[in-house]
Amino acid sequence: MSGINDFSFKMGTVNGTGSASANALLMQAIFRMGIPVTGKNIFPSNIQGLPTWYEVRVSKDGYTARPSEVDLVVALNPSTYARDVAAVRPGGYLLYDSSWPLDPDLVREGITVLGIPFGKMCVEAFEKDRDRTLLRNIAYAGALAALLDIDMDVVGQMLTEKFGKKQRLLEANHTAIRLGYDYAKANFACPLPFHLEKMDATGDAILIDGNTACALGAVYAGATVGAWYPITPATALMEAFKGFCERFRVDKETGLHNYAILQAEDELAAAGIVIGAGWAGARSFTNTSGPGISLMQEFIGLAYYTDIPAVFFDVQRCGPATGMPTRTQQADLISLAYASHGDTKHLILFPANPRECFEMAVESFDIAERFQTPVFVASDLDIGMNDWMVKRLEWDDSYRPDRGKVLDAEALAKVQKFSRYVDVDGDGIAARTLPGVGGKGAYFVRGSGHDKHAAYTEDSDAYQEVVDRLKRKFEHAATVMPKPEIHRRAGAEVGLVTIGGCDAAVREAADKLEAQGIATDVMRIRAFPFGAEVRDFLGAHEHTFVIEQNRDAQLRSLLAIELGIPRDDMVPILDYGGMPLTAKVVVDAVAAHLAGVPA
Amino acid sequence: MTSIAKPPVRHPSSRTNGLGLTLRDYEGAMSTLCAGCGHDSVTAALVQAAWELDLEPHRAAKMSGIGCSSKTTAYFMKQSHGFNAVHGRMPSVTSGAAAANRDLTYIGISGDGDSLSIGLGQMSHAIRRNVNMLYVLENNGVYGLTKGQFSASADIGSTSKKGEANEQAPIDPVLLALTLGATFVARSFSGDKKQLVPILKAGIAHKGFALVDVISPCVSFNDHEGSTKSYAYTREHEVEVVHADFVPLRREITVPETNEDVSVVQLHDGGSVRLRATAPDYDPTDRDSAYAHVRACQARHEIATGLLFVDETGRDMHDMMRTVPTPLIDVPFERLCPGSAALDKLMDRFR
Ligand SMILES: Cc1ncc(C[n+]2csc(CCOP(=O)(O)OP(=O)(O)O)c2C)c(N)n1
Ligand code: SF4
Ligand SMILES: [Mg+2]
Repeated sequence: MSGINDFSFKMGTVNGTGSASANALLMQAIFRMGIPVTGKNIFPSNIQGLPTWYEVRVSKDGYTARPSEVDLVVALNPSTYARDVAAVRPGGYLLYDSSWPLDPDLVREGITVLGIPFGKMCVEAFEKDRDRTLLRNIAYAGALAALLDIDMDVVGQMLTEKFGKKQRLLEANHTAIRLGYDYAKANFACPLPFHLEKMDATGDAILIDGNTACALGAVYAGATVGAWYPITPATALMEAFKGFCERFRVDKETGLHNYAILQAEDELAAAGIVIGAGWAGARSFTNTSGPGISLMQEFIGLAYYTDIPAVFFDVQRCGPATGMPTRTQQADLISLAYASHGDTKHLILFPANPRECFEMAVESFDIAERFQTPVFVASDLDIGMNDWMVKRLEWDDSYRPDRGKVLDAEALAKVQKFSRYVDVDGDGIAARTLPGVGGKGAYFVRGSGHDKHAAYTEDSDAYQEVVDRLKRKFEHAATVMPKPEIHRRAGAEVGLVTIGGCDAAVREAADKLEAQGIATDVMRIRAFPFGAEVRDFLGAHEHTFVIEQNRDAQLRSLLAIELGIPRDDMVPILDYGGMPLTAKVVVDAVAAHLAGVPA
Repeated sequence: MTSIAKPPVRHPSSRTNGLGLTLRDYEGAMSTLCAGCGHDSVTAALVQAAWELDLEPHRAAKMSGIGCSSKTTAYFMKQSHGFNAVHGRMPSVTSGAAAANRDLTYIGISGDGDSLSIGLGQMSHAIRRNVNMLYVLENNGVYGLTKGQFSASADIGSTSKKGEANEQAPIDPVLLALTLGATFVARSFSGDKKQLVPILKAGIAHKGFALVDVISPCVSFNDHEGSTKSYAYTREHEVEVVHADFVPLRREITVPETNEDVSVVQLHDGGSVRLRATAPDYDPTDRDSAYAHVRACQARHEIATGLLFVDETGRDMHDMMRTVPTPLIDVPFERLCPGSAALDKLMDRFR
C-alpha cells in the first residue's frame, strides 16, 4: 500500500547516543519539502543504554496517526534486532550497520536487507569517540536521504540553521551526511520504490508537541502562577512555559518577571500552591501525570467544595511508579471525573492534538474562573511529547480573560450584604471576592462544613444546600463545555465514539472502513460533563463503538453512568499497550464485530 | 465537638490605634475551644499585636491547616479573608496566595500535628522558599482535635493522660527552622503575653518566613502531671534567653532605653527589634550560636524562649523568583499576553 509520499519508516537505536537530532532532522526536512509527516518517539524511562525507536509516517493524505505497518526499518541496536526485523512489512526493507558481519537475527525471507558500514566509516572519518558515536546517526540520516529522495538542499540549509557559526560541527555534520548519502547512492538503486516527492501541503502547518502548545496557551491566557513537581511526560510543559515566559514576560527595563514558577516539594504542594494562587485571584496551573493526580486528590476536593479555580494539565501515562511511564494511555478518565473524596465531579477538556492543546489551555482558564472550580486538561504522552503536524496556531487580539463573577470594592459597595455561596443567578455560580478587597468582602474558606454564607456548619440541610448548588453548577457547565466534534457520512449505521488522541486513528479508520463499504459517523468527545449532542449521537446508530486507550472501557463507563446509556449498547474497542493507536486496530475490530466474529 | 465558649476578652477601654480601630475591630467569631486552651491566649495576643501594629485587617489573610489550633483563624480579624486548608498543607496554599498577591500580610496558624507530622514537608519547604509570612505553631504536644494522641513534638518520657510514656524523639521546630535556614525563629509561651506580643509583631514585620513556636497547653488532653507541655511544666522550665521589643518606625521614642546590652535589628518596613540577650554569650544574629544555645537549654530541660534568631538580610520568595513588585494579580492582561504578531513570528520556529 505504500507509494510516493505514503509510507513509514522507523529507527531502532540505543537511547542516549544522540539519535534524536538525526530523527528530528529527517522529520523536518520532509516537512519542509511540503509533505505531511508525523513522528512518534517510543522511548524508555532511562537516560542512557536502553532501546528507543522513532517512527516517521509520511502521508500525502495528511493522516497523522501511528502507521499500521512499517516499510523501512533502520536497525542500529543489536539488542532489538529480532523485534526490528519482525516489524518490517512483507516486501519491505531493513537497513543495518554492516561494520560487523550480518547478525543471524537480521535474516528474514521476503524483505530486502541493506547494509551500510556506518560505524566503520565514522571511525575512519572522525577522530573523537564522541563524534564517532553521535555522527553515526547523521550518517544514517544521509543514507535515508538517498534512499527516500530527501532534498539535500533542504538538509544542508537545516544544518546551517542549526550549527550556524559553529564551523567545526557544521563541517563534521556535512561530512557525516555525505558518508551515508554517497554510500547509498553508490551501492543501491536509489530511491526505493516508495519515496518522497515535493508537495505543497504543509504551507500553513507547523510541527509542534502538545506540551509546548499547552504552555503557550497558558502564556496567552495570562496565567501567572505555575507550580509543579517534575514527572514524565508532563515535565516539558512547565519547561516550555518557563522558556516562553523568559521570552515574553520579562520586564525589559527591570529584568523582573511577570510570572512565578514554583517547583514544589511534591504534587500535593503543587496543588496547594495553584489553589492558593487561584483563591488570591491569579490564573494558576499545574502540570502533572497520573501519579501526581493521585497525590492531589484531597486538594482537588477542597477546591471543588470551596469554589476555587485552578487548571490541572494531566499528561496521561501508563500506571504507577516504575514500569511504563514513557508510554501513552487514556486511563485517568474516571479518576479525573470523580477525583477526591465526597460528592465531587469535575470539568475536563480532552484535546486531540497540539493545536487543540493550545486552544483548550486558553479555554480551561476561562472555564475555571467562570465556574470557580478545578478544570482538568487531559492530554497524554503521545499528544504531549510527540511532534504533530497541525495548522499554525492563531490568536485573536480581541480576546480578554473571562474572570467570572468577582466583586471588587466598587461592586461590593453596591451590595447590602456579601454572602459567598448564595446562588443569586440560579446557575450554581456565586460571586466571589479576592483577599485584600476590604469592606464587607471578607469570607472564610473552609472544606465541606460551610453554609451558603461561608459560615461554619455541621447542619445537614445547610450542607446539602451547598452540595446541591455545586451539582447545579456542574449541570450548567454541561451546557457550555466544548461540544463534541462530529463527522457524518451518508447512510451510516455505525457510530464510532472516541476521545483525545485516538481521533487521528479513528478518522483514518473511518476512511478505510468506507473503502470497505462500511459507512460510519464519528464523534469525538471533547469535554466532561457530556452535553446533549453526545447523548443524541449515542442512540442514533445500529452499532456504536467506543474507542479508547485503557483496559476497562472508562469512557464507556462514564457515558453509562452520566447519561444512562446501557453499557451493552456500546461496543468497546480498547487499546492499552502504551503505544499510540493505529487505524488498523479500529478497522479490524469494527469489521470483525460486524461480521459476527467474537472479539 | 462540644466546647464551652470562653467569655469574650474584656477590653480595658475603647482606645483606638493609628487607623482609628479598637481592639474589638480585630476580633473574630466566638471561640469554640475548651475553656483555658492555650490557643485562645495566642489568639488574644495576635489581636493585640495586629491592633498595635495598625495592621489594616482587610490587607491581611489568615491561613491555617486543620486542628484546634488551625480553627483559631476564625477567632480573630473577622474583616480579613481566611483560608482553612487541608491538614498539614497550609504552607503550600499560602505560598500560592503569596505568589499571586505579594502585598497582603499572611498570618499562618498551625499546630504541632499539622506542622510536624503530616505537614513537616510543607513547613520545611515553605521555610526554604522563604515565603513572606508569620507562621505561628501552636504547640501542645498532642493532637487536640482528634483527642489526645501524641504528636511529634512530645518529649521522650512525657506521658499521655492515660499514663502512657512517649518513647520517640521529639522534633523541635525551632532547631529544625534554624537548620533549614529560617531567617526569623522564635519561641514563646501562650501564658506569657508580654513576651509573645512583641515577637508576633516583629514576625509580621519581618520580610520572609517568621516561625513562632508557641507552647500552648491543651487543657483537655495534655495539661496533667507528667506532661512536658502543661502550664505548670512550661512555667517552671521556661527561660527567656532573648527579650525582644518590637519598635515600629513611627513610635521609636515610646520604648524606653535600657542600660543592658541591646542589639538592634532593622526590619524591612523601617521598624526594628531591640534584642536583649539575658543569657551570656547568646548572639541572636548568629545562627550557630543560637542553635548551640537552644540545644544546651534542652539538655538542661529548659525551654529557651524569646526571639532566638533573626536575619533581616535574607532573600524572600519573591526576591528569589525575581518577580515584579506589582502583585501578579494586578499586572494588566496586556502585559501578560504577547499578542498575535508575536505568535505569528514564533510559529516560524516550528517549521
Ligand atoms: C488528611 C487528614 N488526616 C487526619 C485528619 C484528622 N485530624 C484532624 S486534626 C488532627 C491533628 C491536629 O493536631 P494539631 O495540629 O497538633 O492541632 P491541635 O488540635 O493539637 O491544636 C488530625 C490528625 C484530617 N483532618 N485530615
Ligand atoms: S482539645 Fe486541647 S487543643 Fe483542642 S480546644 Fe481543647 S484544650 Fe484546646
Ligand atoms: Mg497539637
